[in-house]
Amino acid sequence: MQDTIERHTISAVVDNESGVLARVIGLFSGRGYNIDSLTVSEVDRDNGISRINIVTTGTPMIIEQIKAQLDRLVPVHRVADLTVQGPHIERELALLKVRNSGEKRVEALRIADIFRARAVDATDRSFVFEITGSASKIDAFADLMRPLGLVDMSRTGVAAISRGPDEI
Amino acid sequence: MSNNAMTGAEILIKALTDQGVDTIFGYPGGAVLPIYDALFKQNSIRHILVRQEGGAVHAAEGYARSTGKPGVVLVTSGPGATNAVTGLTDALMDSIPVVCLTGQVATHMIGNDAFQECDTTGITRPCTKHNYLVRDTADLARVVHEGFYVATNGRPGPVVIDIPKDVQINTADYTAPEKVRHKTYRPRVKGDLEKIREAVEMIANAERPIFYTGGGIINAGPKASALLTQFVRMTGYPITNTLMGLGGYPASDRQYLGMLGMHGSYEANWAMHDCDVMICIGARFDDRVTGRLDAFSPKSKKIHIDIDPSSINKNVRVDLPIIGDAAHILEDMIRIWKAGARQVDPARIEPWWRQIDIWRARNSFAYEQTDKLIKPQRAVEALYEKIKDRDPYITTEVGQHQMWAAQLFKFESPNRWMTSGGLGTMGYGLPAAMGAQIAHPDKLVVDIAGEASIMMNIQEMSTLAQYKLPVKIFILNNQWMGMVRQWQELMHGKRYSESYVESLPDFVKLAESFGAVGLKAETPDEMDSLIDEMIAVDRPVIADVRVDPAENVYPMVPSGAAHNEMILGNEAGAESPQATDQGLALV
Repeated sequence: MQDTIERHTISAVVDNESGVLARVIGLFSGRGYNIDSLTVSEVDRDNGISRINIVTTGTPMIIEQIKAQLDRLVPVHRVADLTVQGPHIERELALLKVRNSGEKRVEALRIADIFRARAVDATDRSFVFEITGSASKIDAFADLMRPLGLVDMSRTGVAAISRGPDEI
Repeated sequence: MSNNAMTGAEILIKALTDQGVDTIFGYPGGAVLPIYDALFKQNSIRHILVRQEGGAVHAAEGYARSTGKPGVVLVTSGPGATNAVTGLTDALMDSIPVVCLTGQVATHMIGNDAFQECDTTGITRPCTKHNYLVRDTADLARVVHEGFYVATNGRPGPVVIDIPKDVQINTADYTAPEKVRHKTYRPRVKGDLEKIREAVEMIANAERPIFYTGGGIINAGPKASALLTQFVRMTGYPITNTLMGLGGYPASDRQYLGMLGMHGSYEANWAMHDCDVMICIGARFDDRVTGRLDAFSPKSKKIHIDIDPSSINKNVRVDLPIIGDAAHILEDMIRIWKAGARQVDPARIEPWWRQIDIWRARNSFAYEQTDKLIKPQRAVEALYEKIKDRDPYITTEVGQHQMWAAQLFKFESPNRWMTSGGLGTMGYGLPAAMGAQIAHPDKLVVDIAGEASIMMNIQEMSTLAQYKLPVKIFILNNQWMGMVRQWQELMHGKRYSESYVESLPDFVKLAESFGAVGLKAETPDEMDSLIDEMIAVDRPVIADVRVDPAENVYPMVPSGAAHNEMILGNEAGAESPQATDQGLALV
């Protein structure tokens, strides 16, 4: 039995019906699985289809269980393990509020520029930066902003899609 | 909407009728009055009025388990729904198809903490296979048809359909079942032929094989049991059944090793431990079966056939998983076996059988023979001998009596044995027996019970009286919560904390007060005549059989132990149990 902990990004295509998110979250909490991040949004309005992206960690046996358990939820159409399927893109969006003055304001703008974050709100003593990228890029940006007056942050969680022409 | 518009309640009745429902177990209340009104005006569905909603779900389980058809429950909102939760969880754990209709407050009142409101879909989400809140009468027929499809296809389970009162009253057109096709849920039934061929190859070349089959065989229908029996006999290999799988293979057969697991037979558990090829069909490597996981059957290649992909590699890593319906896969296996003109060389498995016979000779279900006290095992055996030719239906409560019944009552066919395996629900047996008796009015239905468990749903005696259901309640009365007492004796230094059942009722008088017959036996001789009398009476019976209060269930694989560390009772060469600290933490 392998006990190495792996991190996987799993996408589930589900019917956009009431309670479907509660089913997924309840499955994770009820069976003691980890959720590092979870996003859900409608992706096909005509057919009422939503996509849920879950970043989770566990042993290979647990990851297999998670996929099998997700797949047997009645409103779930498909489950794809992007980490196993191969190259894929993961993006997260974050909004960070930084409150500061003087030299720290200049430094914050300079770092934002390096990370290609945009200032989407500004006052004489604060900025709100918008940044997209991998979760680790956002972590790094937040780490740098913390000593510069980071007071508030809102993150979306991971949206993920495979590379290449095939759908999941 | 056309002129054919019907009220939601009428639509519901029509949908149930179109689904072939003939019986509903239920209890009325404010939020389901329109449905009860519609029931009143029709004759195709019989409503059985239980005395508590928990009883309704267990009755539906007994009905489902004994017929193979889904059981149907109708309860009101709030407490009606919450009382049903235990039964729903029970049905989920044991994969029993149940459709539970719950009333709900009107849609505009949902969320306002209205009288008898509860978040039924929220509460039942983790204890159902699926659930629905119907917000529009136009959706009701489709949801009911979908609900039956989900409950009965794939791995069966309970489905809740929550129906607000205004949805019952409003009108819409009816949707026939033929027009409903589920959007997403399509479980696989046919197994992968390549894998089935590989499995047949492994089975044919095994030297120490064992079949380990469970409730999936029962759920796959009587055909699956017949195919299993055929295939096992073709191979000449040994077979063991789980608690839920009893009756899937004829218990009197020589190839049958008895039940396996915590209180399974010595030969079944040792054969599981020492086998080289394990063929698991419709069982789920439950902790009561495997014992200590890292010591579970260490030398075997494992084939696992299951309709639920999430059962694969959940507890035990297997070598060859096959997803599909047991009957379909067994059919393919037999065909491939025959096409290859395979023959098992008796000389190859003869040493295995010789070893099994040595284990079998330990006679692990043996117990002390005495004329003074009634040994509970003897009570079960006497009952079996006296009723086995009547094709009886047996239910149980949960505890020692359940294990003795599982060990000693021999089931020759499927759907005759109803017990709460996964959830272990005390109070299951009486309502389940009620459901089985409703489904099989002319058959002998016996609830092998304990005096503690029977008190948990004793109110259903009133239902037996109302419908003149001649259920026999055969209580092995040891005045203790026997299994709790056993664990306290073996693992908690004989500190019998709260396990003595004080102030028991006089069961004879209790029976009589419900219009049933009460019988009591205190000696083995009295017991024999009690059983004769119990069978002869065409009325419900409570038989109070006073058994040896000190008896324990053996053999036993203590928590945290491996199959080959099982302990035996005195009569089979006792060894004293050694519970580890780790084991104590387990249940």
